[in-house]
Amino acid sequence: MGAYLLRRLLVAVPSLLGISLILFTILALAPGDPFGDMASNPNIPPEVRLALRAKFGLDDPVLFRYWHWLVAMVRGDWGFSFQSRTDVARLILDRVPTTLFVVGSSQVLALLIAVPVGIAAAVRPYSLLDKLANTLAFAGFSLPTFFTGILFILVFSINLHWLPFVYDADIQATGLAWYWEHVRQAIMPVCVLGFFQAASYTRYVRSAVLDVARLDYVTTARAKGLAEGTVTRRHIARNGLIPVVTLVALQMPAVFGGAIVTEQIFRVPGIGALLINAMLANDTPVVMAVTFVFACLVVLFNLIADLLYGWLDPRISFG
Amino acid sequence: MRDPAVLGLDPTPAAMGSPLVAEGTAALVAAAPALAAAVPDAAPARRRSGPHEVWHRFSRHRLALVSVVVLAMLVLGVLLGPLLWPIAIDDIDFSAMLQGPSAAHPFGTDDLGQDILARMISGGRISLAVGVSAMLVATVVGLTVGSLAGMSRGALGPVLMWVTDLFLALPQLPLLLLLIYLFRDTLKRIFGVEGGVFVMIVLVIGGLGWMPVARLVRAQFLSLREKEFVEAARSQGATTFHLVLHHILPNALGPVIVAGTIEVSSAIIAESTLSFLGLGFPPDIPTWGRILFDAKDHLDVAPHWALFPGAAIFLTVLSINFIGDGLRDALDARRVV
Repeated sequence: MGAYLLRRLLVAVPSLLGISLILFTILALAPGDPFGDMASNPNIPPEVRLALRAKFGLDDPVLFRYWHWLVAMVRGDWGFSFQSRTDVARLILDRVPTTLFVVGSSQVLALLIAVPVGIAAAVRPYSLLDKLANTLAFAGFSLPTFFTGILFILVFSINLHWLPFVYDADIQATGLAWYWEHVRQAIMPVCVLGFFQAASYTRYVRSAVLDVARLDYVTTARAKGLAEGTVTRRHIARNGLIPVVTLVALQMPAVFGGAIVTEQIFRVPGIGALLINAMLANDTPVVMAVTFVFACLVVLFNLIADLLYGWLDPRISFG
Repeated sequence: MRDPAVLGLDPTPAAMGSPLVAEGTAALVAAAPALAAAVPDAAPARRRSGPHEVWHRFSRHRLALVSVVVLAMLVLGVLLGPLLWPIAIDDIDFSAMLQGPSAAHPFGTDDLGQDILARMISGGRISLAVGVSAMLVATVVGLTVGSLAGMSRGALGPVLMWVTDLFLALPQLPLLLLLIYLFRDTLKRIFGVEGGVFVMIVLVIGGLGWMPVARLVRAQFLSLREKEFVEAARSQGATTFHLVLHHILPNALGPVIVAGTIEVSSAIIAESTLSFLGLGFPPDIPTWGRILFDAKDHLDVAPHWALFPGAAIFLTVLSINFIGDGLRDALDARRVV
């Protein structure tokens, strides 16, 4: 297991480096000079501007700049937000838990829907349930998250007045009321994201389980006289669900994309909303750092999925 | 006990490798009218020629057939709409602000009294054009990368696949937003305000959507290049380029067409997401996502403003996805992921 872990880690490092290289290339190719404003500002003498350029290494060779940027990123030295006048790292770390909470709960919800429905559909392929699930899944991933969000607000907040549609980070309540308010305001963002993911997961689960359902050992289990429910649960589902781990990890980029949209709709103070607001306010250090954090999260979740896969499937050799 | 059809596999043995089906693929795209040609009565049910077999399998997918009609109506509506509904999209009327659907304004009006139907017709053209163009970009890049990786026997293949996997692991939406954020002004200067945004959105969405196509093409190439008919062509002295263009690529097109269809719908979603976040098209180009962005702060007084464009996006994407599913049944019995 140790060697396997190490090997997966060694695979993750080049992808992180590759992603950071892509990000840096985009940044380096982008037009505009971070000190461009100063050139037109009569209060800043040219010497100061040149000194600043030298200090931040803007005239160094490209590889040098990449190296400095990478080192700074790895050390958590992500710069200073022009807009909110705080350290970017501070700003992001404050908001990461909210995003992970919303994304995490929505993934749990998605799997709670997708796994039972997908298995039920795969055990009786082309039954009424299968067709219904398939059609609903198609509708589910054809409904963009921003439209589902708007529909939810229209129905549950504006018409029924059940749920608040603005996420409040510091709720003025204590004890149980505090938890209740938190759950209430998280319901809509989590459901919007969860339903969207559940739609595609259902199809994955269905096809993964179908692949297993016709194998010989399943027939053997039936021939032994095991109850159909036992065969499904112990023999088909346990094996069939292993590839789903990888497929869920492959969906991570899409999940974080969805998180950006839902956070923006419901004003959830996570890093997705931070990214959009920073873009609208031209706050480049924040934009770069948040994109980098998103990339790291994606690589991290892929790594976790790889490890889980190795643990769940003993056929994967650790050697 | 279990019929292969029950397991989600198409029972017809016509493997994608057979040139017959590939011909059908090309014919389906190039000459749809040919499909109307009647099947010769003498032909037994199992021995349909390429196009007919494809059409037969496609038409068994009822939702896909309905989707073709729905999508055709949407496309026609967007293309011919201005002839039937000649209200200017920037016709401001303060006496009719935020009105619900009525005879004068079937889809209602927005906060400036502009007609939402007219704006949706005009914006729908952009949304659909973005979808199709981004799909073309993604398909061309994917075909190139995939065939290079599929034909190479050296280090090029693994390297290209590593790059493909890397791109698959990139957080797409943040990157889309980042690219647009950084390059918006330059492209505006080169192509003008409208053209610049269009070119950029198409390039960025297409440039981040080619990976599935590349993987499919490579997988197809790896198996096709060892087939006997390719061997035969090679033994007759065909160059690699000729082999790819005339023997391998035509047989690999089925899954590519399916992937391309899905690409159109995901590009439409990507564009509307960008516009919905306020970072896509400017307000004077009312794509469906942009209308939603403008509408989202008036949900309590004018829900119709958001519902119509949202429903348009949903219907378009849903019908394209169903068509893709039908095409998969028709062209790509093996379902390569």
